[in-house]
Amino acid sequence: MQRTLTLRAGILSLALLAVILLGWQVAVSGTAKTEAMDPEYAALMGQSATTGKSAMPGPLDVGATIWGHLSDPFYDRGPNDKGIGIQLAYSIGRVALGYGLAVLVAIPVGFLIGMSPLMSRALDPFIQILKPVSPLAWMPLALYTIKDSALSAIFVIFICSLWPMLMNTVFGVSSTRKEWLNVARTLEVGPVRRAFTVILPAAAPTILTGMRISIGIAWLVIVAAEMLVGGTGIGYFVWNEWNNLSITNVITSILVIGVVGMALDQLLARAQRLVTFPE
Amino acid sequence: MARSDNPFDARRRLGGCSCGAHADQAAHEASLPSGDAAVVRVVEAAMLRALFPHDAGRRAFLKSVGAATAAAAVAQFLPTQFVAEAFAEAGRPERADLKVGFIPITCATPIIMAKPMGFYEKQGLNVDVVKTAGWAVVRDKTLNKEYDAAHMLAPMPIAITLGLGSNPVPFAVPAIENVNGQAICLANKHKDNRDPKNWKGFKLAIPFDYSNHNYLLRYYLAEHGIDPDTDVQLRSVPPPEMVANLRADNIDGFLAPDNIVQRAVYDGVGFIHVLSKEIWDGHPCCSFSVAQDTIREMPNATAALLRAILQATAYASRLENRKEIAAAIAPANYLNQPLTVVEQVLTGTYADGLGSVRKDPRRVAFDPFPYESFAIWTLTQMKRWGQIKGDVDYAAVARQVYRATDAAKLMKQDGLAPPEATTKTFVVMGKPFDPAKPQEYLDSFKIKRAS
Repeated sequence: MQRTLTLRAGILSLALLAVILLGWQVAVSGTAKTEAMDPEYAALMGQSATTGKSAMPGPLDVGATIWGHLSDPFYDRGPNDKGIGIQLAYSIGRVALGYGLAVLVAIPVGFLIGMSPLMSRALDPFIQILKPVSPLAWMPLALYTIKDSALSAIFVIFICSLWPMLMNTVFGVSSTRKEWLNVARTLEVGPVRRAFTVILPAAAPTILTGMRISIGIAWLVIVAAEMLVGGTGIGYFVWNEWNNLSITNVITSILVIGVVGMALDQLLARAQRLVTFPE
Repeated sequence: MARSDNPFDARRRLGGCSCGAHADQAAHEASLPSGDAAVVRVVEAAMLRALFPHDAGRRAFLKSVGAATAAAAVAQFLPTQFVAEAFAEAGRPERADLKVGFIPITCATPIIMAKPMGFYEKQGLNVDVVKTAGWAVVRDKTLNKEYDAAHMLAPMPIAITLGLGSNPVPFAVPAIENVNGQAICLANKHKDNRDPKNWKGFKLAIPFDYSNHNYLLRYYLAEHGIDPDTDVQLRSVPPPEMVANLRADNIDGFLAPDNIVQRAVYDGVGFIHVLSKEIWDGHPCCSFSVAQDTIREMPNATAALLRAILQATAYASRLENRKEIAAAIAPANYLNQPLTVVEQVLTGTYADGLGSVRKDPRRVAFDPFPYESFAIWTLTQMKRWGQIKGDVDYAAVARQVYRATDAAKLMKQDGLAPPEATTKTFVVMGKPFDPAKPQEYLDSFKIKRAS
């Protein structure tokens, strides 16, 4: 039963994809009416003006562009023109740094807050106010105070991936079952050992959920941050192609961003499955 | 000094140095600035001593305004010749690896082409030209010293020096990039609505608040009786987004730098209403800008950089070189535009979006000389539209920011012919501008925000 369901879902997915691609191709293949132009003038104009070709590329154009990028992902022609593989590596590097720092801060701090009801209540208003702030709103402040655009981008990743992890760690730690804590107490387990052998395993699934939410947000934000800061990264690549009004390349990078985001998410989903326990 | 000689002084550490901050006299001397920096320090000390004969007064002043502001204020009084003299000694660049930021538009042509065509290399420099997302980012990255110099809109260094929209930091314009090369572009649906008097309610885009695009568009509208603040909406939109917004019908038009205008025509979404040269022939658009700090810290490197820019600009000013330049700057690493778009802008043989091919070799021109009168005109417009409140010393600010004397000196050394005078009069929409009488010019406008 399970297998046939997977199979049927797969077939349905493929069918949907085919319908979308076909609809897309049909939608862009028409040409609008154009006025007659004298050839000297037409030579100076773009295709969408001369032939009425839609400015939107079709799936075939996009496919060709993707193939072009994938066949040479690591070229480097100066500071403003690098292959998509290099750009992705820059973005992933930034996310890894900012996110790694956020893990290092959020989990220990979350533990401390979660284990103390007093701190939990006292810090709650601050966290609640800072949590919903759009990460990009930090950007001008970061640029102004850090005075370095590369570090600012990492800071923005840090600050946006911090809150979901912090909240989930606090929640996971504070909702460790009372019975387990009581057992630990009767066995006279010290606070450090209690944290590592009782609370950590109990809270791990919730913490990883927080980490999974965070990596999603971090990947969302890096694209926007790089569009602002420029220089390198997949966000810069999108901006640069938008600057050239190359919709084909923008769609290509949307797909690439989606695939990498999914890979990051799956990585943490796998880690989450490792620490989940049946109650 | 007496303090250091007196072992009975309770405030002095025995065995320390003359200022008391170092372990011994050798460490003290090692930490002193040397070379040019030492000369600057001596001059600054002399200036401060002259300004504040009593030390208590100097301390009170420094405490109340902060050291950075005081340094900026003193730098303002340093004779402008000082920088020129630093330039005159053609020494080795203090640093060969430099970063210059640019916005991908044809105004940046000299800055960009100097890289692929080897003008930087000829000066012994290894320059990275870095594409940047918008004017505010260029400003912040240059203020943060991530860039050693940058392509900025000509009014931006004035705004930064005066502290409009940022902290006040003294900036210099040792060279203008291009003159002309902009245009008012309107959406195709306005093909039959060419009279600005009927433009009430239009949404028009400009690249930045502190841009000559802003001032020229406001000037143009006001001359036609349209109040740019109440009758139309002016939006600051980064150039790459302008064509997309025009296509999406979010704006009715824009006064923007080329290649953006030509791109709108190329994509069939807009047409060229007037070139900016029809508003003011020979107006400055973008500038090559450096923080005055940077000039003082590395005079030789900035001079070498400037020489490369001046030579590139001279090369770009000749029409027969334009096709070669277009091919050098159009690829993805620089402008990232179709070659024909860049070629049409630079050669001045272009499609106007209305169905005809126009020829105007002065559509964009390259003239590096930073006339002080350009800055004075910009200041009158900043005041006219309320960006500057209160009085401003037009001539002093202009001389401090637009380094006409320095440019002339370097151009002479390189065998280029600079103009004789550092100011000139010009005509904007039929109205002459006399840089000696900015206030009267300002008073003559009917539509303005300044009183």
